Amino acid sequence: MKLNPKARYAESHEWARQDGGEIVCGITDHAQESLSDIVYVELPEVGDVLDKGDEFGVVESVKAASDVYMPMGGEITAVNEGLEDTPELVNQAPYGEGWLIRFAPSDPAEFDALMDAAAYEAFVAAEEG
Amino acid sequence: MLMPYIPHSDEDREAMLAAIGVRSIEELFEDVPEHARFPELDLPPALSELETRLELESLAGDNLTTTDCFCFLGAGAYHHFVPAVVDAVLSRGEFYTAYTPYQPEISQGTLQAIFEYQTMICALTGMEVSNASHYDGATATAEAVITAINVHRLKRRKVVVSPFVHPEYRAVVRTYTQGMGLTIVGDENGGSAGLTDLSTGLTDLSTGLTDLSAGLTDLLDDDTACFILQYPDFLGRIEDLSGLAEAAHAVGALLVVVADPIALGLLRPPGEFGADIVVGEGQGLGAGLNFGGPYLGFFATREKYARKMAGRIVGQTVDAAGERGFVLTLSTREQHIRRERATSNICSNQGLVALAAAVYMAALGKCGMRKVAELCYHKAHYAHQRIGGINGFSVVDDKPFFKEFVVRCPWSVEEINDCLLDEWDIIGGYDLGRDYAHLQDHMLLCVTEMNSREEIDALVEALEEVTS
Repeated sequence: MKLNPKARYAESHEWARQDGGEIVCGITDHAQESLSDIVYVELPEVGDVLDKGDEFGVVESVKAASDVYMPMGGEITAVNEGLEDTPELVNQAPYGEGWLIRFAPSDPAEFDALMDAAAYEAFVAAEEG
Repeated sequence: MLMPYIPHSDEDREAMLAAIGVRSIEELFEDVPEHARFPELDLPPALSELETRLELESLAGDNLTTTDCFCFLGAGAYHHFVPAVVDAVLSRGEFYTAYTPYQPEISQGTLQAIFEYQTMICALTGMEVSNASHYDGATATAEAVITAINVHRLKRRKVVVSPFVHPEYRAVVRTYTQGMGLTIVGDENGGSAGLTDLSTGLTDLSTGLTDLSAGLTDLLDDDTACFILQYPDFLGRIEDLSGLAEAAHAVGALLVVVADPIALGLLRPPGEFGADIVVGEGQGLGAGLNFGGPYLGFFATREKYARKMAGRIVGQTVDAAGERGFVLTLSTREQHIRRERATSNICSNQGLVALAAAVYMAALGKCGMRKVAELCYHKAHYAHQRIGGINGFSVVDDKPFFKEFVVRCPWSVEEINDCLLDEWDIIGGYDLGRDYAHLQDHMLLCVTEMNSREEIDALVEALEEVTS
């Protein structure tokens, strides 16, 4: 299971990373592996304002459609439009080119409430155990 | 219990009972309370196959069918020709009795037939992708509304519908979407909102109806998810929908067109007008009237909306050996995966009727379908012209029409139809007063390729006598 040490993690398997004043967000390597080949990603619209825990999109694989949730509250500033043609980027580079959204956080302190890489790793191990 | 069609012998039964440790079949029902276990059914004695057949044939003989009568009734269910090849293919056991045969390992024939059905529907409607069908035109229309709502991510709540979309489809749309918080407008008062003076009849009907289209576009706004029109409309009329498509797109609403597939053999396909979703009743494509069903809802749309479309979709792919094969695809739309997040709970299709439609369209081809449409058009226009000349009757003439037209009658449609049936074995047209308060004594008459010139002349003669 790959982890990005700069990112923080939600229990629903999204990661968040600070970039400029914004947050970049995607699903973790563990999540993409569980879903297997991703065929479609449904993303929100730029300008949508969502709270922490709100569902912002759906990641669809051949066998499942999985909701993805805001790790923090904020206003969507960008979505990864490349995923429309190449959804497999989420499998190949979940922390890089396979990012899902960027948003302006409404409460930047929510970032600290998320798990760090080590805590997430332990969380996943416990879930599977 | 002697049942000759069950293959088990007494030895088989004893062996099965012994295997589960039960002494008799009756013992298996011991959990049912005694008074309900083997109740007295008071049925007459069993009949032999011969006797059963004679009794059923006698009952069936009470039916009056389109073989016995000349049929001029349409209004959504049409008397069109069913070529023998349709039944020849349909009656194959692999198709006829298979239930949900969609495993690609053993159902390539079925899946290929559905893929070809989908392809032909796209060609007919001028659209990019089709599903494997819905129950009927009404359901397909309701699903189109739900698709449009989902395309707008549930943010738009209004639907504008022409009053000249089939009344039953409009009722089903309302039933289907109840609880969704939608506002459905455009067809209140059975469309009489756009009419000026009802008392002087047809001239006002014409101008009133033109005002109506304009009235509908006034209702379009940025809360409108979709705008639904019918082509030809319920009164049989054809109009150029491009202006109405533009009006819908100007507010970001989807244009949904309910189309007659037989008419599309001749008319410009809705895809070329800018329709976003085309739905309709496929019964005319080889299904026959069958006393109301099973019928066939077709649904075609643009590729960008494919993931919001309900129903099964068959896709073409290659197998591990590189050979072409067909499978159900985009399955994650469906409720068995998405559950409450699915856009619709529909998870079925009308396999056999879709197959009939595929055989029909393949057998007739583009030229054959055009020919059928031309026959309908010309025969209906001949009837229109002749009936227009009968004293006491007049025909509505405000727009071009395809195979149905409105006749204003000197008496109630019900009385005229009773006369036609009792004395002439003619099934008359649809009583429009049932759905449109301002169209009492107006009949919707339908003429198809099945009505010979002699039949039409007989109808004219009958109507002349009825009013003399």
